[in-house]
Parts: sequence; structure tokens; C-alpha cells
Amino acid sequence: MSGRSERTTSRSARHGEGRAGSTLALHTRYQLLEQVRVPMAVVGNIAFPALSFLFFIVPQSALRDEPAAATSAAGQLALVSVLSVCLFSFGLGTAEERATPWDPYLRTLSAGVIPRLGAKVITGLAFAAAGVGVIALIAALLTSATATLVQLLAAGLALLAAGTPFLLMGISLGYLLPVKAALPAVQMIFLPMAFAGGLFLPPQMFPRWLDAISLLLPSRGGRDLVVSQLTSSAIPTSAIVNVVVWTLLMGGLAAWAYRRDEGRRFR
Amino acid sequence: MTTSTELLARAVDVRRTFDATVALDGVSLDVPAGQLIGLLGPNGAGKSTLISLLLGLRRPTAGRIELFGGDPRDAVNRRLMGNTPQETGLPPLLKVREVVDFVAGHYATPMPTGELLERFGLEDLAARQTGGLSGGQKRRLAVALAFVGRPRLVFLDEPTTGLDVDARHALWQAIRDFHADGGTVVLTSHYLEEVQALAERVVVIDRGRVLADDSLDAVRAVVDVRRVSLRTDDPAALEGLPGVTSVTPGRADRFDLLTVDSDAVVRELVHRSVPFADLEVSATSLEEAFLSLTRRAHGVDSDAGTKDLEVTR
Repeated sequence: MSGRSERTTSRSARHGEGRAGSTLALHTRYQLLEQVRVPMAVVGNIAFPALSFLFFIVPQSALRDEPAAATSAAGQLALVSVLSVCLFSFGLGTAEERATPWDPYLRTLSAGVIPRLGAKVITGLAFAAAGVGVIALIAALLTSATATLVQLLAAGLALLAAGTPFLLMGISLGYLLPVKAALPAVQMIFLPMAFAGGLFLPPQMFPRWLDAISLLLPSRGGRDLVVSQLTSSAIPTSAIVNVVVWTLLMGGLAAWAYRRDEGRRFR
Repeated sequence: MTTSTELLARAVDVRRTFDATVALDGVSLDVPAGQLIGLLGPNGAGKSTLISLLLGLRRPTAGRIELFGGDPRDAVNRRLMGNTPQETGLPPLLKVREVVDFVAGHYATPMPTGELLERFGLEDLAARQTGGLSGGQKRRLAVALAFVGRPRLVFLDEPTTGLDVDARHALWQAIRDFHADGGTVVLTSHYLEEVQALAERVVVIDRGRVLADDSLDAVRAVVDVRRVSLRTDDPAALEGLPGVTSVTPGRADRFDLLTVDSDAVVRELVHRSVPFADLEVSATSLEEAFLSLTRRAHGVDSDAGTKDLEVTR
């Protein structure tokens, strides 16, 4: 070591406290601003589950006119909307952002994990809520689906819980994969998860072998959670175990993926 | 408390590899408060890798990095640091004012947006989306962002690449003003001219190693290599000329000599009555200078391989 002093400064540390909240608000505002400047991206996420509901549920009188079936279908497609936001907006969106040269710059600003990921979670929640709202509206107007306010609130919380493993899955994919790999990966995960999890067709229609596989998927655990709240039936233990285990698994993967990230990698 | 000895950032024996490539190989660097340090080196020397470690973007494979006394990967330690995005990296949908406000929001006492825009000649562009700016305008905005938070330490990676002469000089002035107010600057460049215009201390990096770390004048004496080109039919007379690091034979009795002191070489040629003709003295590229520097460091003999390093400028 040269003769220079070893002393360094740490006066910066004291500034940090109490500002995480305002930085979170700042990041959220700019995330929303950027999204709103490309309205198609917003509309796409909301439209897909809503159109699925219009085309696949509303025309079938067996589903439309049977309150329990219609209500369950609405809950299932609401979860599709959450899934779509988590995997596409969040997973693919993160991979896309990481590919831009702006991202390494953002990573050098004094913003930790809370503002950076938190802003995306809040933005994602806002769009997911919009998607769910549209489905609830269609279900209420065009089908015999019914739910009390309490049931709706409980189902909303269930959607949050059901979406958490997918949110973490989206983060993992976004930080692990480059855009070109993330797009097919997200597509390959999204449809099988939605279908085999019983989000398009109720699992009661599944053959035994498919039902056995289905019970292991996070989409199925989430679906059972949401539908049980909408129909005020008991929450199946399997659904709770399923969602908790998947949340822990995906949480570990996401934390590892986020920490190892050093931006774009080239060989 | 003597601020001149306070270290704002440091790298201690840092090594960084990318798969099989060694980008940095045992680099140490101290950044005391108040200095304006130029990291000089040819493209691919490891300058940007070193900066990315100091910014907390990457982790060193071995060794230690400190920023304001802590790990730069922790956000709090980046609070008093400013740096520059690549100009292609500005979010195209956001307006100039929005980008500045956003970055300013990360600092405790930022410069008012209007003042910053004025300082960098961007006030007329405040309402434009950054996607619509010219290359030079983007570059100016990118550099301005490094200063918006009134940081104590600023990293500038190739700050004026792609700017015209006027814009370059305006930016140099902004950097000098910041430094005059007590700010600390680490800038990288592969132009000797830029480092010469700004830095007081120069760290020369090549192939992942620090070749020199000294005052501008001391480094210039080593790096400011000139080419003396002449024709002679007596090559033996060219041996032992002062400061000559390489003698490369060319076509038709022509010889190229690389030297840090072309004046002394010419004087000595005359003094020895060497029969020469068509004498030319020209500047060399930094790459050539580095080659001669590394060659001297490794004690390699003169004429090997200068030709494949003819660099177009």
C-alpha cells in the first residue's frame, strides 16, 4: 500500500434511511409513465383473459347460466390475467429491460432492491387489477356469476397469494434468461400452466392422470385457493401446501438469480 | 481532517476474468478526494471493466473494491457518486426533463433541473423525448446526468466520444468547473489529447495491468511517442539513438523509429553525420505508444511485429 491514508468516508450511509419510500414512488411513477406511453402493451395484457372469457365461457350456456360454474370460471380467468402479468410484463419485461443499455446505468444509481423490484410489482399489480376488474365486470354483466363483497375481497387476497409464486418465477426468468430465450420460455410455461392448472377448463373435467399432475402445479394450487374463496368452500390443504412450497422455491430461485445478475452477458 | 488524503474509492489487487479472458490482472487504484484522474489505455485494455467494478455493476473475481468505504454493490454507498449512461441507453420514450428529474430523485441535494439543462446547453430540449435527440445531444444529456446529484465523485467513461470540437470543449469546461469546486473525477479515454486536457494524474492501463500511475507530465514523457521516419543506406548508424524503442525497416531504405524524444534523435542523427534523406516526424497512435511502452517493460527487442499494429486513426 502506498503512504496514502486508509481512512475512507461513510457519511453517505446516514442519508439513506427514510428515502427508500420516496425512491420507490419515483421508480413506480416512471415505470407507469413508460408503460402508458405504449398503450398497446397495457391493453394486450388486459384483453387476452377478457377475450378468453368472452369466447370460451360466455357462449356456453352450461357455464354461463350455472352460477357456481360461471363464478369459478371468472375466478380462473382472473388468475390467468395475474399469470399473464407476472410472466409477460414482469418476466419478459425484465429480460427486455436488462437488454437495454439504460439498465446498467439504473443499477449504478443509489436505489436498492426495494425501489427497483417494488416499482415493478406495484405496476404489475395495477395492470393485473385492471385485468381482473374487466373480467369481473364481464362476469357480472353477461353471466350468472355471483359473489358477495366479502367473497370478492377474499378472492382478491387469494389472487395475490396465488400470483406470488408466478411473480417470483417471472423475476427468475427475467434475470436468468436473455430476451430471445425468455420469450419462448414464458410462452412454454404460460399455456401449459394455465391449461393444466385448470384455469381454462375446470379440473373436474380432467382425466385422473392429468388431475394428478395438475395438483403439483402452482397454477392449480392458486386456482383452488381463488375458487374456494369465491364459492365460500373450505380451502383444500393441498392448495395451501402447494402455494407455500412453490412460493419458497421460486423465492429462493429469484433471490439467487437477482444476486448473481451482472447485466447482459456475452461470450 | 485533511480531505486530500480521504479515499473516495479504491481497488486493491483486483482481478476480473470473463470465462477464459483476463480483463484485469492485479490492478490497484486509489482515488483520493479532489483529484482528476485519467485512465488511459487502448480499446480493450480493461478501463471499462475497472469502472464497472467501481460502480458496483460487477464483482471482482479476486481482490477488493471500495466506494465511499463500503461495497459499491450496496446502494447506499453509491449515494454520492455520479456516472454516465451510454448515450444509446437513454429511455427513448421519456422526455429530457423527465430523465433528469428521475435521476435527480436519487440524490439528497440535486441541482435544479433547469440549472443543469442550462449548464449543458440542453434547455431548449427539455420537452423532447430522448429518442428524438441527435447523437451529440444524447451524449451531452448523458454526461449531464453524472452531475445532477451534486456528487462528490464522478465516473466518466469515454465522455466525449462522438462529439464535435465545440461540444467537446464545452464538456471539458464543465468537467473542469466541477473539479475546481472540489469534485473528484475518474475519466477513461483512449485519446491522449483528452486526458492531457483534463487530468492531473494519469493511470495507464493495458492488457488488464497498470503500466504507469503518475503525474500527467511524467506519463506523457513515456506515452507521447513519436515516429521519426527517414531513408538511409547505413542502418547500422541508427543503433543506440536516444530514447528509441523500435527501428522498423520499410520499403526502399526507409526506416521508422519510435521514440519519446524525437528532437534528441534528430539532433543525434545530425551530430553523427548519418546520411539520411526525407526525414519526417509524426505523432503515433496511443496503441503504438503502448506497444513501445510494454516492449520496454518486457525488455523485448525492437522490430518484431510493429507492422500489424499500424492503426488507422
